[in-house]
Amino acid sequence: MEREPVLKFEHIDAYYGSIQVLYDINFEVYAGELVCLLGGNASGKSTTLKTILGVCKVRNGTITLKGERINGKPTKEIIAMGVAIVPENRRIFPKMTVMENLELGAYLRRDKEQVREEIENIFELFPILRKRANQMGVTLSGGEQQMLAMGRALLSRPEILLMDEPSMGLSPLLVNQQFEIIQEVNQRGTTIFMVEQNANMALSIADRGYVLQTGEIVLHDTAQALLENEMMKKAYLGGHEDEEDTGE
Amino acid sequence: MIQGLILPGQDMHLFLLELPQQLVNGLTLGGVYALIAIGYTMVYGILGMLNFAHGEIYMIGGFTGWWVLHLLSRNHQVFMNSAAVIFLMIILAMIVSSFVGVLTERFAYRPLRNAPRINLLLSALGVSIFLRNFVLNYQGAKARTFYVSSLIPKGLQIIHVGPVVISFMRILVIILTFLMMGLLTLMIKRTKAGKAMRATAQDLEMATFLGIDVDRIIVMVFIIGSALGGAAGVLVGLLFTQVDYYVGFQAGLKGFTAAVLGGIGSIPGAMLGGVLLGLCESLAVIFLPSEYKDVVTFVILVIVLIVKPTGLLGEKVPEKV
Repeated sequence: MEREPVLKFEHIDAYYGSIQVLYDINFEVYAGELVCLLGGNASGKSTTLKTILGVCKVRNGTITLKGERINGKPTKEIIAMGVAIVPENRRIFPKMTVMENLELGAYLRRDKEQVREEIENIFELFPILRKRANQMGVTLSGGEQQMLAMGRALLSRPEILLMDEPSMGLSPLLVNQQFEIIQEVNQRGTTIFMVEQNANMALSIADRGYVLQTGEIVLHDTAQALLENEMMKKAYLGGHEDEEDTGE
Repeated sequence: MIQGLILPGQDMHLFLLELPQQLVNGLTLGGVYALIAIGYTMVYGILGMLNFAHGEIYMIGGFTGWWVLHLLSRNHQVFMNSAAVIFLMIILAMIVSSFVGVLTERFAYRPLRNAPRINLLLSALGVSIFLRNFVLNYQGAKARTFYVSSLIPKGLQIIHVGPVVISFMRILVIILTFLMMGLLTLMIKRTKAGKAMRATAQDLEMATFLGIDVDRIIVMVFIIGSALGGAAGVLVGLLFTQVDYYVGFQAGLKGFTAAVLGGIGSIPGAMLGGVLLGLCESLAVIFLPSEYKDVVTFVILVIVLIVKPTGLLGEKVPEKV
């Protein structure tokens, strides 16, 4: 299959000051896929997202979005080219209403009518948000905030949706619900690149996965194959579920 | 015993007599303080810094207004329609002040965006000292007088409403300050730019991730804050008829106090804080000799900082939920 990937990393090295955090990272995400990047703390997962967004500068290599090089461009241009993010901890605007948060997701768009229709669609996908439309963001529960952050990101009509640790800070029950939502959004046609510690959950909905270890990609395969991989079982999937990060 | 002090109950009818008058005075002063406070609070809201140069921006507005009036009058008589003169004074002061504000941001604050806050603060102090001395150098230390009497037709200068004496200028100042506050509120609440400003103030990086051009928003904040500060400078000139290179210091402190009183970072807070501060000062004058006016301001500042440091409408939003 010789399709052009939506997002492609080629030989990316990244540093914080003089410390190298990413070593020769290569991966690609194709249209319609749900790809996850797995790894423990300090493996370089968040840095990878930051390099896409232009927040962390890349020293060597190329990142392309639909064939166009994006590393070196300012963040606002990268966003304008079709990148959206649901950040860690969701970061919805606490003192703005749900409606205003959603409208800001479509900040760069001019087609008001279409945006209104899509907000309707978001409300159909997440009916609770319609009920809360005029409430301040700060009054929402964690799960509702996650839906809002998702809706806000979708309203920019991204070429690719980045998700940073979607399970972080949610109760185990909500994590399940959250991953169902991600899967649903992906099935409706949005390409998703997700960074996640919870390997079991992520692989259960992903098409493919990459495993990052201290800045290097050590494994990549289809989600199914990774779930059955011996090394994965030992290092990340474990015999027992590690609920440490999801128990809040 | 403070001379001139009126004790409660001693002269109740004097108090009641003075009350409406001082309410009008308080609203005038309060409106002006509010305009100044908005500039402090908007910049603090986004950059988390106190723009110490804001008082000087106000002073430059006052001087611009004086120059417009000066150039449009001969022998202290304006030779244009007075409404047009007042309009020009205010508009040009707003333009010049916002221009200086934007330059300040571009050259003194933006290069320090990622530096520690204390560097920004010191830079702001430096700008303040620079601007004050720049004006001192070119305008001299002598106070300039606004000859406003020719601006208002004789019969209109003072209006009696029962026992209350209201000068036309006070009415004008009250109307204009509240009009500006109303327009700003609408702009912040309803327009796309206003929403982008609020978003940037709440989470600057997230705003960037939504494609909001944060640099442009910061410039807009400086334009609006400085323009309102400049307008305040002209209005005070019209009311108290004087401006000199040092007026920014006092005005800056008042505006800052108002912003803290209302809750720094909150725009409605700055408006409320300004109006309350003006009213407090004016009502205090009923009981205290007028020289104690400024003491009242700073007693209020100290009390707010001790009792409710977040101000009346300010609240701490947790950074991460």
